[in-house]
Amino acid sequence: MSALKSREAILFGAILALTTVIATRFPGFVTPTNLVSVFTDTSPLMILAMGQMVVILTRCIDLSVAANLALTGMVCAMINVAMPGLPMVVILVVALILGAALGAINGILVWKLSIPPIVVTLGTMTIFRGIIFLLTEGKWINAHEMSPHFTGFPRNEILGMPVLGWIGIIVALIMMVVMARSTMGRAIYAVGGNPHAAVYTGIDVGKTQFYAFVISGTLAGLTGYLWVARYSVAYVDIAGGFELDVVAACVIGGVSIAGGAGTVFGTLLGALFLGVVKNALPVVDISPFWQLAISGAAIIVAVAFNAKSGRSKGRVILKSAEHAQ
Amino acid sequence: MKFTKLMTSVAVAAGLFTGPAAAEDMRIALVVKALGIGFFEAAAEGAEEAAKELGGVEIIYTGPTDTTAEGQIEVINSLIAQRVDAIAVSANDTDALVPTLKKAMQRGITVISWDSGVAEAGRQAHLNPSSNALIGNMIIKLAADHLPDGGEVAVLSATTTSTNQNIWIDEMNKVMGNYPGIEVVSTVYGDDLADKSYREATGLMQSHPELDAIIAPTSVGIVAAAQAVADAGKIGQVNVTGLGLPSEMAGAIESGASKSFAIWNPIDLGYSATMLAHQLATEAATAEPGAEISIGRMGAITLDETNSAAMADPFVYDASNIDAFKSIF
Repeated sequence: MSALKSREAILFGAILALTTVIATRFPGFVTPTNLVSVFTDTSPLMILAMGQMVVILTRCIDLSVAANLALTGMVCAMINVAMPGLPMVVILVVALILGAALGAINGILVWKLSIPPIVVTLGTMTIFRGIIFLLTEGKWINAHEMSPHFTGFPRNEILGMPVLGWIGIIVALIMMVVMARSTMGRAIYAVGGNPHAAVYTGIDVGKTQFYAFVISGTLAGLTGYLWVARYSVAYVDIAGGFELDVVAACVIGGVSIAGGAGTVFGTLLGALFLGVVKNALPVVDISPFWQLAISGAAIIVAVAFNAKSGRSKGRVILKSAEHAQ
Repeated sequence: MKFTKLMTSVAVAAGLFTGPAAAEDMRIALVVKALGIGFFEAAAEGAEEAAKELGGVEIIYTGPTDTTAEGQIEVINSLIAQRVDAIAVSANDTDALVPTLKKAMQRGITVISWDSGVAEAGRQAHLNPSSNALIGNMIIKLAADHLPDGGEVAVLSATTTSTNQNIWIDEMNKVMGNYPGIEVVSTVYGDDLADKSYREATGLMQSHPELDAIIAPTSVGIVAAAQAVADAGKIGQVNVTGLGLPSEMAGAIESGASKSFAIWNPIDLGYSATMLAHQLATEAATAEPGAEISIGRMGAITLDETNSAAMADPFVYDASNIDAFKSIF
């Protein structure tokens, strides 16, 4: 537990150090308004990363999150175009349910057919994008076709921060409670930590993985609406390749790809780290040719740090046996 | 052999179904990538306009139901069987149509491509909607027109390796001397992703507080930049312009985030393609490098060494005409 804590402390320090370095080159970056906007901008990544974390904890991976986001976002936009008067609550419920249903498809395939998760989600990733194409024939839904309350909802400010940022905070609080205080949270850690032991304690491994995919799908669905509303445009390729950012955020945040280890707080920090890098690169005046390389290097350095600090020496459970060697 | 027979009977059948045309009318077929696309419907409108102006010309507007080369080959085969006088095609594939179009030319049919070209062997001439030089000039002109006293502009491009965008930016830099007082302070890349383009546009406004315009010669970037300007509350201070589609930019024009932008006008393109096909089919002009061919109200075009020509400057869309075009494409 202390190793995990220190890992998060290191990451937190890294974010602070990074922000300080950026501030020396561009002082405007650390103004409260800008920090709030960086946080808000990172919110979709944080929400998706928390869903991905749950899936990775159960030794699975969900590559379909970005495609789920795009499909749900497109459906929300189409509903809005067809029925502009529909209240926001309905749109949000549709986004959550559709996202959960898409996640459940992944879950069922992994649970009932025992197909490796990477294969399942690689398949559904393409299928979801294909469905958007079938729905729209490749056409865009544009800002002027969406109603003002649809695109305005994530932008409304409460206490100086847009709703989008608040949703990120609310989801984080719910996830922290679920992961630390609920039986499902425990089951998820147990399944990832040691599936065989989990079975003996009466946990259904497949079912837990199914729930993990549903959680990830639900959050992706929610983000789908938020994304489309924020950028006021929906088309086949939105958030293309974003699933890799999501996985990267988890890994930077100390979630073990082998499953069983990782915290909501760590994941949040991982997402925030990437968010700071993404938002800083445009303002610190670095050649765009270097930007990709810098993003990549930051990920590898962070992961290397994590791997080093997270490498446990192994627990000695039989003192006498150790002395005997 | 059987296949050839089948093709012939299909072509004959297709021929039977088309109504009889007055014998003296010249029939020009406008073959599009697929039917039911607003852009091409608008091009057909332009073709009809040209036909009316020329007189004695019948336009056959046709194309496959989906954007496949196979579908276009079938359509062209039936047009050959109908013995049309000219075929103007926007191709779904550069090379796949060549054998069929060669057959058409052997039968004395004038063949040109427009919008999306066919390889040189498969057509007599090709009409590009615009040229790189014209586009490069247009994007800076759009920004400069709203900055009579000069100012700072920045470019938001697609990826660092996007060929089209890089060429247009190069062409733009070549003509910067014609726009004194306009300074390009930065060029950033949004990778044609909405979120990255939005972030880059936001970054531009932060690092250049005096910024007057963002030029985005890419349809994803221009929409994202307009949204970023609106969200930053800088409508009126920062003008977003560049290349975009009217349907996608209608919201930005309405909000004022973009004062104007450009893209080719499909009506003009259909009109010019018809004019060019007519000129070649009547042998009023010959398709050879260096030939200057008049295309009615659009002026004249000059064929280059590959027998291609650029129609005109990209067409400028603003609050005055956006409503008419946003439902077209």
